[in-house]
Amino acid sequence: MLDPVSKLQGIGDRFAGLPLPIQLEGLTYERGGKRVIDGIDLVIDSRLVTVIMGPNGAGKSVLLRLLHGLIAPTAGKIMWAGRPLDRLLARRQAMVFQRPVLLRRSAAANVSHALSLRGIKRRERTMRVAEALRLAGLKEHAATPARVLSGGEQQRLCLARALSLEPDVLFLDEPTSSLDPASALVIERLLLDAQRRGIKVILVTHDVGQARRLAEDVVFLNHGRAIEHQDSESFFANPHSESARAFLRGGLVL
Amino acid sequence: MSDFIDAFRTAIGLIVTLNPDLVEILVLSIKVSLTAVAVASILGFGIGGALAVYRFPGRGVLAAILSALMGLPPVVAGLVIYLLLSNVGPLGVLQLLYTPTAMIIAQVLLVTPIIGALTRQACQDLLEEYDEQLRSLGASPSAIVVTLLWDGRYRLITAVLAGFGRAIAEVGAVMIVGGNIDHVTRTMTTAIALETSKGNIALALALGIVLLTIAFAVNTALIWVQRLANRLAYA
Repeated sequence: MLDPVSKLQGIGDRFAGLPLPIQLEGLTYERGGKRVIDGIDLVIDSRLVTVIMGPNGAGKSVLLRLLHGLIAPTAGKIMWAGRPLDRLLARRQAMVFQRPVLLRRSAAANVSHALSLRGIKRRERTMRVAEALRLAGLKEHAATPARVLSGGEQQRLCLARALSLEPDVLFLDEPTSSLDPASALVIERLLLDAQRRGIKVILVTHDVGQARRLAEDVVFLNHGRAIEHQDSESFFANPHSESARAFLRGGLVL
Repeated sequence: MSDFIDAFRTAIGLIVTLNPDLVEILVLSIKVSLTAVAVASILGFGIGGALAVYRFPGRGVLAAILSALMGLPPVVAGLVIYLLLSNVGPLGVLQLLYTPTAMIIAQVLLVTPIIGALTRQACQDLLEEYDEQLRSLGASPSAIVVTLLWDGRYRLITAVLAGFGRAIAEVGAVMIVGGNIDHVTRTMTTAIALETSKGNIALALALGIVLLTIAFAVNTALIWVQRLANRLAYA
């Protein structure tokens, strides 16, 4: 059988080597007797930005953590190109959290710390730190203690740290929810950049504008179920479900 | 009252002229306590960091014991080490009783729980914030311990200072295992106890003033470290 990936194989190792498709089979996660994720079956094979949307409490953040392997499912499984998530695959993932988590060190030391955890030697580290900070527009803040940076700068630093690891898959959990529009746009530009470099981006957001600007495909969650999954254009033009329509209207989602 | 003023005047004289007896006692005290705190820091950082990060059965009990030992009475620490080091004790062959080394060991026993428990608390607080991020970055447990210790550095410094304050001021442990032998194991606190009972108030007072000054300096350093940490948004 022909490998469906083969026509992309000239583009670069990373692009050809993306662990796609991501297959979720009966994925379930219970917490305190409540089904936060309730039997999700889903196949994500787009190489571009996948956006996960849904009202508060729909299970978006939990789904992201399950995908990243930070928590283990109660039932069901996730397969990456037919393999379960192992250490090797996990090392090729990175995540940016809703609230920036930064060490009590300089901006540069934060990136360097992440790289050293991946076993990257000091010499290469210095180069990659400089490059990551430059891309994120934080070059002049290299020596600044990370926690005195502004909110927007902190989140950019988190993204720079994640990107410096050169992941195959990048998860983001509402990275711009507490940022002003200008800072949010900088993050979006960096994400499009990452996508161009062949990084698979999976983004949780409830900013409809942001989803429209970035998404190739949209997964709509409600009550722990994947209500819809379609390409972005048709999702925004013609959502199938009543809850998605209500969500997009900005109305109350039941 | 005039006796007291005379004693006070003599005491100041002893300090200003750097009386050799006083200096000898002072140097030994600081040497013993600094060494003990250095050893206790290495042990305390390791124990505290590990208790915060590694999950194993009995971890909660160990943490509780460590916290409880913060209040270990110095005489009890002295007694335990005395029993270990005495001629009939398991470590009697080492012939360490009534040496500065014995005093260091006793103070290590006294100070390690303080530094260990404060380290564990500092690491635990940080871990609550860092846990997901560090696991996302693929950090191993030992790498997490190292990260937490470094990021908690200001709190660890205050833990070390607190340990030093405790060591330099205690009298029970060094008295029992050191024996307050002149020119060998006489520290500031044991000398104060002895000279006071002998009625030699001047030397006792001089040592008291020095000890008070050290305690004051340690506390000033504590406040200064905390302020620095706050200013750098590291606290």
